Amino acid sequence: MSEGIGARVLRKEDKRFITGKGRYTDDIIEANQAYAAFVRSPHAHARIVSLDTSAALAMEGVETVLTGPELVADGIGNIICGWGITSKDGTPMNMGAWSALATEKVRYVGDAVAIVVADSKSQAQLAAEAVVVTYEELPVVVGSVEALAPNAPKIHDNAPGNVIFDWEIGDLAPTDAALASAAHVTEMEITNNRLAPNPMEPRSAIATFNEAEDHYTLYTTSQNPHVARLVLSAFYNVAPEHKLRVIAPDVGGGFGSKIYIYPEEIACLWASMKSGRSVKWTSDRTEAFLTDAQGRDHVTTAKIGFDNEGKIVGLKVNTKANLGAYMSLFSSAVPTYLYATLLSGQYDIANIYCDVQAVYTNTVPVDAYRGAGRPEACYVVERIMETAAREMGMDPAELRAKNFVRSFPHQTPVIMAYDSGDFDANLKQAQAAADVSGFAARKAEAASRGKLRGMGYSNYIEACGIAPSAAVGSLGAGVGLWESAEVRVNPVGTIEILTGSHSHGQGHETTFAQIVAERFDLPTENIQIVHGDTDKVQFGMGTYGSRSGAVGMSAIVKAMDKVEAKVKKIAAHVLEAGEDDIVIEGGAVKVAGTDKQMLWHEVGLAAYTAHNIPEGMEPGLKESAFYDPTNFTFPAGCYICEVEVDPETGVTEVVQFVASDDFGTIINPMIVEGQVHGGIAQGIGQAMLENVVYDAAGQQLSASYMDYAMPRADDLPNYSVHHASTTCPGNPLGMKGCGEAGAIGSPPAVINAITDAIGNNNLSMPATPSAVWAALQDVSQKLAAE
Amino acid sequence: MYETNFHKVATAQEAAALLNTSEDGKILAGGQTLIPTMKQRLANPTDVIDLSGAADLSGITIAGDQITIGAMTPHAEVAGHAGLAALCPSICKLAANIGDPAVRHRGTIGGSLANNDPAADYPAAALALNARIHTTSREIAADDFFEGMFTTALEEDEIITAVSFTAPAKGGYGKFPNPASRYAMAGVFVAKSAEGSVRVAVTGASEDGVYRHDALEAALSTDWSASAVDGVEISSDGLLSDLHGNAEYRANLIKVMAKRALG
Amino acid sequence: MKITMTVNGKSVSRDVAGNTLLVDYIRDHLRLTGTHVGCDTSQCGACVVHLDGKAMKSCTMLAASAEGASVTTVEGLATSKDDLHPMQIAFKENHGLQCGFCTPGMIMTATDMVARYQAAGKTLTEDDIRHELEGNICRCTGYHNIVKSISDGASKMTSA
Repeated sequence: MSEGIGARVLRKEDKRFITGKGRYTDDIIEANQAYAAFVRSPHAHARIVSLDTSAALAMEGVETVLTGPELVADGIGNIICGWGITSKDGTPMNMGAWSALATEKVRYVGDAVAIVVADSKSQAQLAAEAVVVTYEELPVVVGSVEALAPNAPKIHDNAPGNVIFDWEIGDLAPTDAALASAAHVTEMEITNNRLAPNPMEPRSAIATFNEAEDHYTLYTTSQNPHVARLVLSAFYNVAPEHKLRVIAPDVGGGFGSKIYIYPEEIACLWASMKSGRSVKWTSDRTEAFLTDAQGRDHVTTAKIGFDNEGKIVGLKVNTKANLGAYMSLFSSAVPTYLYATLLSGQYDIANIYCDVQAVYTNTVPVDAYRGAGRPEACYVVERIMETAAREMGMDPAELRAKNFVRSFPHQTPVIMAYDSGDFDANLKQAQAAADVSGFAARKAEAASRGKLRGMGYSNYIEACGIAPSAAVGSLGAGVGLWESAEVRVNPVGTIEILTGSHSHGQGHETTFAQIVAERFDLPTENIQIVHGDTDKVQFGMGTYGSRSGAVGMSAIVKAMDKVEAKVKKIAAHVLEAGEDDIVIEGGAVKVAGTDKQMLWHEVGLAAYTAHNIPEGMEPGLKESAFYDPTNFTFPAGCYICEVEVDPETGVTEVVQFVASDDFGTIINPMIVEGQVHGGIAQGIGQAMLENVVYDAAGQQLSASYMDYAMPRADDLPNYSVHHASTTCPGNPLGMKGCGEAGAIGSPPAVINAITDAIGNNNLSMPATPSAVWAALQDVSQKLAAE
Repeated sequence: MYETNFHKVATAQEAAALLNTSEDGKILAGGQTLIPTMKQRLANPTDVIDLSGAADLSGITIAGDQITIGAMTPHAEVAGHAGLAALCPSICKLAANIGDPAVRHRGTIGGSLANNDPAADYPAAALALNARIHTTSREIAADDFFEGMFTTALEEDEIITAVSFTAPAKGGYGKFPNPASRYAMAGVFVAKSAEGSVRVAVTGASEDGVYRHDALEAALSTDWSASAVDGVEISSDGLLSDLHGNAEYRANLIKVMAKRALG
Repeated sequence: MKITMTVNGKSVSRDVAGNTLLVDYIRDHLRLTGTHVGCDTSQCGACVVHLDGKAMKSCTMLAASAEGASVTTVEGLATSKDDLHPMQIAFKENHGLQCGFCTPGMIMTATDMVARYQAAGKTLTEDDIRHELEGNICRCTGYHNIVKSISDGASKMTSA
C-alpha cells in the first residue's frame, strides 16, 4: 500500500516544527523554576587553591551555590566510561576520576567547578562571576603526540605517561612479514581533525525534585533517556532509578553528542534536591564548544603493501587517539572496536595489524561523533588506497576493484564478518552517475577557465546496527545493545508503538509508523509513535550508531509478530476458521477465499471486551519484544567527488558529489536521502571547513561560529544520491542503517579529489583555502627547483 | 548581558547629550556588533542610546556626483539603491555582501565606520573613496578618521551623522570572506577619481586595521589594470596570521582581491 | 520599562528590563517558543523574525528597540491552524527539515527572501537561494532539500 515500506511518506512530525510548535527542552518552564549557571575553569590545567562562594551567595536572587567537595560529600559518583578496554599487556584501561564539579584540579578550559542557582538567568550569571576561585596553573598539553612525550605534564595520577590504554588488534608478525615481502609499499601519516558536533539545539536540562513524592524529573536533550536514567542512578547516585523520570522531548539534533550524560545534568538534579527548586540550564553556543564531547582527533601512520599484481598483502596502522581530559561514556570504544575493526575496508586483506594509544590531554573530552571511529578508519584506508594507486600508476578505481571482497560472509582479520554487499554494483552505479568517462573533458574545460579540476573516490564500508549484546559484552561494553518495543492495539483499533529508540531528526514518527502500516495494512494516521520518556516507555537503549532501523525497527517487527499471532487467533475463533486461513488486509482480518471477515477495530474491541476470545487467552492486545541483533550490519558504498580549485586563492568548490549506497531495505527513500545529504555535508565540513584548534595554553581558538567554520548552503553542492542494495540477512526487514554513512564515506573522496586537482598529495583536513593554496605553492616551488 | 539603561532618541544631538551625561554610554545603531559584544559580556555600558528612531539620519541623497549616505542607513538600502548603483555600483556590491540578509536589514554604515572592525568592509570603501565622515560636531576626512583596529578619531560624545563622497570614475571591491565568520580576510577597495587620482584601501588583512596600500596606488595610477597589480610585490609585514591563514596567504589575497576589484 | 508592539497581529505590552533581547522577550515573556537560539554570535539564524516586514535576527536586537514595531514570528505565518503558509507547506513536501530546530528561522528567512525577489521582479535561482541563506545554519539536511523547499515555496507564493 502507498504508506508502507518503500513509500516516500511525508513526515508526520513536520507540522509542529514548521509552525513553531515543537517542544524542545528550553521551551519548557516548570513552576518555581530557577536558573543555573556554571563557574568554569579559565585554565586548561590548574590546581584549585581556594574557592570562595560567599559573595555570590549574598547576591540578589541567588538560591544556592554548590561546589565539588559538597557534591562528593553527598555521595554523587564520578562520571564513568562504560566500555572497558584492555591494553596489549593485559592491564585494564586507566580511567581518571571525573567529578561533575571539579574538586582538586581542573583539566580543561570549561571544566565546571561550581553551580549557581538563582531566580533569573542573568542573576545566576552575575553570581557565577562573583565566585572567587584561586588557581595554581599547571603545565598544559593539548596534542596526543605531545602528551606521550617523556616529560609531558601529567594529567591524571593513575595514567602514567598520559596513556589510557595501549591496545592492539590483528597479528603483528604475519603483517610485518607480508609488508616485507610486498612488491610495493605505500606509507603515510594521516591526521583526522578534531570536530565539534554542533547540533543546532544546544544542550539543556530542567531538573525537578519533588520532596513530597521523593521523586525526580529530568527534561533533557538526550538521544537515550533510559541510558541517562540508568547511569544517573546506578553510577552517579543522583536518584534511585524508580524515583527518576527522564524525558527527552523534541531534541534538535544530536550526532552523538547527546548520548552522554554530562556534568550539567548531574549537577542540576543534585542542585534541585539541595535547593527545592526546579533548576534549568541551557547551554549557549560558546559553552557547547567548551563542554560538548568533541569528535575524531587521530594521528595515524599507516603502511600498506601490494604484490606485483596490485593485490593487497598487508596493512599496518598505528594510531594515537586524543580522548581529551576525561573519558566520556563511550570514548574508549571509538578508537578501538569502532575504528580498527573497519580497517579492512571493502578489501580482501589477509594481514592487518593495528595498535592504538589513547591519551589524556588538557582538552574537551572526545567521544562518538557521527560515524565514531568508522570515518577515521575509512579515511585511513581510502586515502592510502588512492595514494598507492597514484604511486603505482594505476587507476584508483581499478586498484580498488581488484581487491574487493566478493564472497559473503567474509571474515576479516579484524573481528568483523561482512554479511552481504555488492561493491562492484555500487562502484559501477557511482561511476555512471558521475560520468567518469567524461572527466577528462571536464578537466580540460575547467583549465580553460583557469580552474584545477580533480576527482576522488571513496569506497567505504561501515559497521552499524550496534550490536549483538554478547559480542559487545565480550569486547568490554558495560551495556547490552538490543532494543525494545511495545505494540499497543487500542480497543478502537488505533495503534501506539512504544520504542526505546529516540528520534531527534531521523523521522521515526513516520518510518516506524510505515512498517506498522505495511504489516497491518492500516493508514499511518492511525499509528502513533511514543518515545523519549522513561515513565511511558519500557527500558530501551536509544538512538546512535545508525541502529534505530536495523535494531529498533526489528524490535517492533518482533512485537508485531506476536500481535499478529494473537489477532489471527481471535479472528479464527470468532469467524470459526483455521488460524492459517486468516489474512490481514485492507483494514480487515479475513478468512482467505471467503467473505467472512472482522474489521481491524472489531478485533481490537473483541480483545478488550473479552466476551468471545479463545478459552485461556488473556484479554487485551498489547505485546512487547526485546530484539538483540545477530551481527553488525554493513552499509557500504562508493562516493565520487569532483572539485574545482581556484589556484589564485585555494578556494575549492565541490562541483559534483555522487553517492551510491547499499543500505539494504529502505523504508522511506525521502528520509534516507535526507540522512545521506546531511551526512555528506558533515563529511565535506570535516574535509574542507571544520577544525577545533587549541593554542599551547589549551584555549580553544575556534570556540564560536566566528572561527569554527560550519558548512553553509553556499559551501555545499546538490548531492546525487543513488542506491544499489543487497538485503541484510541479519534482521527481519533486511535493513543496514543510513545515518552515518555520508559522514563516514565522504571525507576521503573530497581530499582525494582536491589532491588530484592540485597535484600534491600532502594535504590535511580541513583543506581550507589557505591550506590548499599553501599546498599549491609547494608544487610550484618543486617545479621551479626542477 | 549586564543591566543597562535603555534610551531611544529622535535626533543625533539628543543622543550626544545623553552620551555626555551618562557614565559609560554607548550608541546603538544597528547593533549588529554592539549587541553580540554585550551578550558575550565584553561590553558593559551603563546606558544604551538607540538611534533607530532618528529618522533624519537614514537615507541616501545624490546631488550630481556628490553622494551622501545617512549614518543609520541599513546595508540593504545601500545595496539596493538604484540611484547609487548608477553612480557608484561598487559600494552597492560591497553592501550586498556584508553579513547576511537579516544583518543587512539592521546593520548601518554609521555603526560599521564608528566600530572600525579590522575585518569590516565599509572602512575600506570610505578610505578608498576619500569619504568625509560627518559627525554631530564636525567633518572628518577618512584619512584622519581610522586610527587602527576598533579605534577612530571620534570623541567620546561625538556621533556619526552621515558619510559623503564624490562618485569615482572607476571603482571596485574584492572581498575574500573568512570561511567561518564571513568577515573579510582581505578586502580591497580600488577607486579612481574623475581627476585620475587612485586610492586603494585594504581591510581584513592588517594587524592595524584598514589602511591605504601605497604600492598598489602607485602601480594603478600608472596603469589601471590587473597586470599592473601583478607587478606589485605585496609585503606580508604587519599582516595578520591566524588559524584561517598566515600573513603570506593574506598578502597573496590582497593581490588577488585587488585584481578582482578591477573587475 | 514598558514596551508595546504588535506581535503576530496582536498588540502586546509588557514590562521588561532594558537589556532584554527581542528573542528573550518573544520566548520568555510572550511564550512564543518557535523562535530559537542556536548561537551567540548572530550567525545561525534560528532566531529570525520579521520586523516591520523585514527579516532580522531577534537575538541581536533589544526588545525595547522594537517599541511600536510589528513583529511576525513563525507562529504568525499561517493564516489559520489548518491553512499553512505556502513556504511551510513547501518545507514539509520537500523534506526541508529534520530535527526542526533551525526550521522556523529558515522559513522566516525564506519568506523574506522570496518577498524581496518578487517585489524586485527578480527570479530566485538556486545560487541566489544558497547565497541568501548565508545567515542560517542547518546541521541536519546538508541544505539540499532546504534549497529545494525554498525554490518550491517561491513558486507556491507566486501562484498563491
